[in-house]
Amino acid sequence: MSKKQILPIRLLKGFGMFWWDFLVGDTPELFIAALLIIGVIAGLRGAGYNTAAVVALPVLAVLALGVSVRRAINSSKK
Amino acid sequence: MFVATVSSGVLVLVGAVFLACAVEMVEALTIVFAVGHTRGWRSAFEGVFVALVALIALVAVFGPALVQIPLSTLRLTVGGVLLIFGMQWLRKAVLRSSGFKAKHDEDAIYEEAVAELRASGQSVGRDRVAFVMAFKGVFLEGLEVVVTVLTLGTSAHRLGLAATTAGIALLLVVIIGAIVSKQLSSIPENAMKMSVGILLVSYGTFWAGEGLKVSWPGNDAFLAFLVVLYTLVTWGLIALSKFQSPQKKVAAHS
Repeated sequence: MSKKQILPIRLLKGFGMFWWDFLVGDTPELFIAALLIIGVIAGLRGAGYNTAAVVALPVLAVLALGVSVRRAINSSKK
Repeated sequence: MFVATVSSGVLVLVGAVFLACAVEMVEALTIVFAVGHTRGWRSAFEGVFVALVALIALVAVFGPALVQIPLSTLRLTVGGVLLIFGMQWLRKAVLRSSGFKAKHDEDAIYEEAVAELRASGQSVGRDRVAFVMAFKGVFLEGLEVVVTVLTLGTSAHRLGLAATTAGIALLLVVIIGAIVSKQLSSIPENAMKMSVGILLVSYGTFWAGEGLKVSWPGNDAFLAFLVVLYTLVTWGLIALSKFQSPQKKVAAHS
């Protein structure tokens, strides 16, 4: 079936798979966290809280990283 | 005088591009060496050449298109991508350093590739297996280099500097690779990956903020603060994870 697919379709699928592996891969929690972080910071900036945004952006990134590491450690113990 | 005019943004850009490109190129070179030593260099070089042509074509198509995107949109998108990518690299670095994940071993990858190539048998005439393996190795690793250079370079308005840095990284890796031949494991890849993760998360944070119109204290200098912050966090996470490391528990019970 896949051999019958025309070249542009295969290239497009390959390109999509590359980005999926690149951004989501085996850590969907980091992908979702990044989207949430951007949403929260956009909300803070929209409300005019620049200092809160300056503090929240790296803090949320650190939290997301910590949660993801914790998740990996827990799953490796099972 | 020169040092005074170089901003922390430029230093982080050069560091991130150089290390990220060097790491990806070491991985590609390992596969090319495995193909060359096992099946002959002709097909390996042909695979490398075609992969490089394909990558250049991609840059020619997407490079000018990226420049047309409004800067704030580009920085937000690139910032988000780098934030995800950088956190993925840092996560792996923390897990590797604390013993929860096997360290990246070029010797093992080399042996695996050689075994795969030997198992596929020799082909008559042009060696298709060797060509495809060299092509895939260079193209897939090169694609990550292209993404890194294009995103970091265009967002910082320093595409030329990013491309030059990647070129220098390529040259150095090829020279070192030619000298050490199969012993690419002697390159401290795991430590380099941790540094790349820290730099990518720092840039990702900074540009995601810039894209959302966050006004960073000290402008570009804030990047240096982010690098220090994420370095300390990484060390902290490694130290915390090591307490739960299976290796530590084995040592404690013995």
